[in-house]
Amino acid sequence: MTATDAPLLEVQALQIAFPTSGGGTMASVARAVDGVSFTVARGETVCLVGESGCGKSLTALSLLRLVPSPGRIESGSRIMFDGSDMLTLDDERLRAIRGQHMAMIFQEPMTALNPVLTVGSQIAEVLRVHTTLSRQETWTRTVDMLTHVGIADAAARAKQYPHELSGGMRQRVMIAMALIMSPKLVIADEPTTALDVTIQAQILELLRHLRERTGMALLLITHDLGVVAEMASRVIVMYAGRVVEEANVVDLFAAPRHPYTEGLLAAIPKLGQEEDRLQTIAGSVPPPDALPSGCTFRDRCPYAFDRCATEEPALLQVGSAHRARCHLVEEPARREAPRA
Amino acid sequence: MSRRVAPAFALIALLVSVVVLGPLLSPYAPNAQLDIIALRSQAPSLAHPFGTDAVSRDVFSRVLDGGRVSLALAVLSVSLSLVVATLYGAISTLVGGVVDTTMRRLLDVALSIPRLLVLLAVGALWGALSFPALVLLIGFTGWFDTARLVTDELRALGTREFSVAARAMGVRGPRLLWRHLLPHLLPTLVISASFGVARTIALEAGLSYLGLGIQAPQASWGTILHDGAGVVETEWWLSLFPGLATVFAVLACNALGDALRERFAPDHVPTLATSLTASSAPSSSRTVRP
Repeated sequence: MTATDAPLLEVQALQIAFPTSGGGTMASVARAVDGVSFTVARGETVCLVGESGCGKSLTALSLLRLVPSPGRIESGSRIMFDGSDMLTLDDERLRAIRGQHMAMIFQEPMTALNPVLTVGSQIAEVLRVHTTLSRQETWTRTVDMLTHVGIADAAARAKQYPHELSGGMRQRVMIAMALIMSPKLVIADEPTTALDVTIQAQILELLRHLRERTGMALLLITHDLGVVAEMASRVIVMYAGRVVEEANVVDLFAAPRHPYTEGLLAAIPKLGQEEDRLQTIAGSVPPPDALPSGCTFRDRCPYAFDRCATEEPALLQVGSAHRARCHLVEEPARREAPRA
Repeated sequence: MSRRVAPAFALIALLVSVVVLGPLLSPYAPNAQLDIIALRSQAPSLAHPFGTDAVSRDVFSRVLDGGRVSLALAVLSVSLSLVVATLYGAISTLVGGVVDTTMRRLLDVALSIPRLLVLLAVGALWGALSFPALVLLIGFTGWFDTARLVTDELRALGTREFSVAARAMGVRGPRLLWRHLLPHLLPTLVISASFGVARTIALEAGLSYLGLGIQAPQASWGTILHDGAGVVETEWWLSLFPGLATVFAVLACNALGDALRERFAPDHVPTLATSLTASSAPSSSRTVRP
């Protein structure tokens, strides 16, 4: 494998633990992310899918080493970005990567933007941190970037404060901040969740357009499978801090192999469907400090059998680029006899 | 603007303009002994609206001049306190870890020392203090509660999502603090300053009354009160007018602080419930507006 074939981002066995107030003398930890591994190639769009609480946002924050304390990335985890080991980088090089080579778009622009600074100065801040451009040049590039993300009257808008802009415009500002240094990898944490559906479509279109222009890789975190279908080339499904299925997008939608993925797909209401009630996955995601033994999904799985309680399945190969963490891969006959 | 801010600003404007225009308004020089025989200890009259004192100085002029001194002392020492408090809070937050915890605990200790006793002790030991020395003394003993506010608020701000977002684009500690977080502190600092000035005006009046603050012959509201201390019944004007002036100034500053706090920090406005619980938990961190 030559250097250019090496993935841009390689995450191996990522574990993020939080101390719990467990009784006894041993300080116990709860792993919000437990053994997550995935790669992102240059220019690729990978979607990280899962319900709230499955650890996807934490995974994203860990890539930039921004896991909030008291959480910590445990030893044994490995994050390689463009040849650098993110977890052992010194502060200077880490600072150089953040915002310049790897950038993040946060979920809720109203809280992710500083309310006491104008949007223009916040975008310009990225330039001031990473370049030595003059004030004039910084301003020009800021206004240009605002125009590129589709904000009309950019020069006037740049002098406004976040609360003076609409939700869609604020999200565009966040995108401008993330992309102004043309990073190689952009992590978008649910960039459309806080927006109206029509604005969602515009933002996704904007991301697609910018992706084409810059050739950036995109790690898109979402719980919305519609977004996945539109944007992803590869999908990673997470549940309770683990990867439960990964595949390219066509395979995932056509032939999901993990019952959780099947449940997610079945829950999407479809045009012309006859049933009155939406399909759901019974139960809820277990908290990291109270996970069931064996397979973490077994309490909600329609196919669970005795092996699921005793042995956690490994991530098993299903197709050429398709893996699923389920015993059914090895024992497909069990599918014929779902529980109740 | 809320209902309270406009009247509060009006009071402050009145106070400041009277004090600033003092030299133009006062009919006599504040320390001029006009006629030691004929005009000593005169009750208020048309010529001397606030009367004259034991050495025939015009009290009205002295009150105006004293106002300048009292207010200058208050404003300068509070400004010093603010700067020290902000620096302390900033360093504590920047360094973080054990140093931060230690600095905050030291602050708790400092907050438990009764400030008035310290000032009285220093005044008694050192005797007459010059104006700059007084500013330094009052300033360096009065920054602890503002520092507490600063450390609490900086700590809370550091966990907000925009702080994480700023760090995600490569902004580091000092820059984060200076450009991104300190602007949030301005309302808190201004409010703290308003109440601080009110407290310091009253403090100066008390100290000078005891002979430990501003020294004669310089007029200040406290020194005029000092002059009138033994003769409150006979020369009541020496106590009434500087007393009223002090009350008015303290009221104006407190009104401003209240109005600003209502407008900018409504969660910190004390109610009966919060003031009862606060007195039993002096070093608990306050809730900060999310």
